[in-house]
Amino acid sequence: MSSALDVIKSVNPPRTVFLDFPLGHTTGKPNEPSLQHDILIQALDAFKTLKSPGEVMKLSHKWDEHDSWLEGDTLAGDVRQQRFETPQYQVEEDRKRVEGGI
Amino acid sequence: MPIEYMTATRETYEKLGYPPYKWVANDELPPFKPLSKPLSKCRLGLVASGGIYVTGQVAFHYKDDTSFRSIPKDVKKSDLRATHFAYDLTDARNDPNVVFPIDTLRGLVSEGVIGELADHAYTFMGGIYSSRRVREELVPAITDRLLEEKVDAVLFVPV
Repeated sequence: MSSALDVIKSVNPPRTVFLDFPLGHTTGKPNEPSLQHDILIQALDAFKTLKSPGEVMKLSHKWDEHDSWLEGDTLAGDVRQQRFETPQYQVEEDRKRVEGGI
Repeated sequence: MPIEYMTATRETYEKLGYPPYKWVANDELPPFKPLSKPLSKCRLGLVASGGIYVTGQVAFHYKDDTSFRSIPKDVKKSDLRATHFAYDLTDARNDPNVVFPIDTLRGLVSEGVIGELADHAYTFMGGIYSSRRVREELVPAITDRLLEEKVDAVLFVPV
């Protein structure tokens, strides 16, 4: 699956299902299990329907009604964090579990 | 019109004075193999690049981390974590299924859409700036695990 159509066209994997959602939502919106289910059902169908190497199937789901997330400068600024070379835990408790060997 | 991420990245790098990002470009036809049986009879593997780990595992670091984590298929959703240096983690931390659709896949197995899941899903943190290391280290290591688990097909969920 992918949410970056131009990158997929360059990388050229065997088969792709494209969902035009903001990055970080490759398989749906949070806490919307029926949407997530519908997206995956359609995506997995590509195993059957895509028949030639490099083919891309585009899903019709929209992030919002008018695709307004696509307007404006979605990549404004540099959102990347510093590239730390130590493990970056989501919560401090996770670090303690690993380092304390619990 | 979908966002042109490659153009946007090129422009951002130029503004920051970085050398141009070298995107992977594969001009040859990719390998392609149809499924040998219906998905309802298949063992499906899940591979995801959104930086998912399970509490108790070492988290990913942010500089060319080519390691991967092995996540049991029956993992509790509340034990899943997300870490990544280059995308907004808010929604992935709220519901990991947006980049690691484990609940969705387990549901599809119960419904009979998918035969079964491989015993483990495999996760890593994308944003590895060496495509050579991905190709020569990470991909073969994950592929070996998937073959050991005798998967018939794999769903890859990048971010």
